[in-house]
Amino acid sequence: MSEWLTYNSLIVLQGVTLLGACSGVIGCFAVLRRRSLVGDALAHSSLPGVCLAFLLVGEKHFWAMLLGAFLAGLIGLGIMAALKRWTRIKEDASIAIILSTFFGAGVVLRSLIQQMPLSGRSGLDSFIFGQTAGMIEEDVHLITALSAGTLAIVALCYKEFKLVAFDPEFAQVQGWPARLLDFALMLLLLGAVVIGLPAVGILLMAAMLIIPAAAARFWTRRLAWMLLISAGIGMASGIVGTYLSATQGVATGPCIILVAAGLFLLSLGFAPKRGVIAQQLARRRDRFRLETPLGAGEEPAP
Amino acid sequence: MNLMHPTPATPDLGSKLAVKAPILDVHDVTVAYHRKPVLWDVDLTLTEPCLLGIIGPNGAGKSTLIKAMLGLVPLVSGSVRIFGQSVASERKRIGYVPQRESVDWDFPVSVLDVVLMGTYGSLGWFRRPGAGEKAWARQCLDMVGLRDLEGRQIGQLSGGQQQRTFLARAIAQQADLYFMDEPFAGVDAATEGAILALLVQLREQGKTVLVVHHDLRTVPVYFDQLALLNVRLIAAGATRSVFTEENLRKTYGGRLAVLDTLGQAVEAQVRTP
Repeated sequence: MSEWLTYNSLIVLQGVTLLGACSGVIGCFAVLRRRSLVGDALAHSSLPGVCLAFLLVGEKHFWAMLLGAFLAGLIGLGIMAALKRWTRIKEDASIAIILSTFFGAGVVLRSLIQQMPLSGRSGLDSFIFGQTAGMIEEDVHLITALSAGTLAIVALCYKEFKLVAFDPEFAQVQGWPARLLDFALMLLLLGAVVIGLPAVGILLMAAMLIIPAAAARFWTRRLAWMLLISAGIGMASGIVGTYLSATQGVATGPCIILVAAGLFLLSLGFAPKRGVIAQQLARRRDRFRLETPLGAGEEPAP
Repeated sequence: MNLMHPTPATPDLGSKLAVKAPILDVHDVTVAYHRKPVLWDVDLTLTEPCLLGIIGPNGAGKSTLIKAMLGLVPLVSGSVRIFGQSVASERKRIGYVPQRESVDWDFPVSVLDVVLMGTYGSLGWFRRPGAGEKAWARQCLDMVGLRDLEGRQIGQLSGGQQQRTFLARAIAQQADLYFMDEPFAGVDAATEGAILALLVQLREQGKTVLVVHHDLRTVPVYFDQLALLNVRLIAAGATRSVFTEENLRKTYGGRLAVLDTLGQAVEAQVRTP
């Protein structure tokens, strides 16, 4: 363990910690707005952007590939919005269309690149499965800064995002630019996806958004706590996953996601009140209660 | 009970009366979904504070009319003015109770959180609700009788309690003109009475409340003004004069089951002093 804790790996740990917090927080809003699948589509549609950036810049330029991923995701978002606006294609269908088309184009581009005599091609593959081993200090600093920026924006606009996520029409009646705020949330989702790609990978990035948020929901009934717990689960997954990946020589992305999935299972089982065990106990209690006559009261909500 | 901060009295009422802008002025409003008109050429003007019921069959465009007045759906033609101004510039004077089904009740917020959202408009960007806003939100919860449940997650409320939570949030907005989309839907008799009492209280404070309503039997008791809608506005005015069998027939068409209730409703109105 001690030989693993070099200066470089400490920097990497700092990066994945913040990126875990960032995807945990943004993932909550995505899950609450029922946009889990949009995150998956954005991750997959980034591949052609990463490949094109690689081709244009010639060699591995970290920030250029992130920018390419962001732009490709933005185009994917635009096409999804256009399909919704101008055709009768339902949202789930348009998500599937964008996800597979863009990813297919990305795989073709990647094959072309692999036939070329270019250096640094392995950097491309680390975007697909996620790999922190090849990262240099500047890469990690970029991830850290972008994650911190995203978290700062959520902290600043917490009230506004909460309102728009819960009741966008009410927000609009009150005079908030509800569509703009919703679009900002969408951009932050895209940003969180892009930031996470190098470490977690295109294939698994959506899980990094959804699993911590879904796990956090078991522990609390308050949004602020859900964000904090989800951020904590994201951070813990990032740290433990990166450690396992570095010491066992496995790709980073799958390690991080498996740790997150383990934390999800723990939450599912053992969380008080909403966990499976607590719910079963409550049901057993209620069965006894039903044998006594019901008191007068309003019927429960459907 | 002092429900709201007092609205400033208009000095020199006599000279202002001639130029006083109507509370609500809906002019020639037409709305369409996929080129099919759902509202056709609706005109509606309210000059005095009132409790206005909006009735009509399913698909008559009642909710759409409210959303059109609030600027939530685009108008194909026509205009909406509130207190003589555009809706966008008078948003602080508007309160809104949406249909209960319009939000996800599993959302992780408490009853108090939701009511506090009513104060967000006056708070403005980035400022969080403080002690003052919380005290005011609790006062609003008192008015709807939900003070004891302020810490509950909203999914753990009954339908009637959820409806009252939305009502408390609207009161927290401290508006002058309220739009309510079926506030009586799915509530028990006791809750219905409590909600009505609150609406009457609002009107007594000089506020105007527009209510989409379904139960024809209670129309003459609840509302002093009435609008009958079926894509077009069939009739609007004092409930006493427009709640007639003929208007109801025009609004609801030849649906016999409905018309039976209509006859009873009109009869009931005749009997009420």
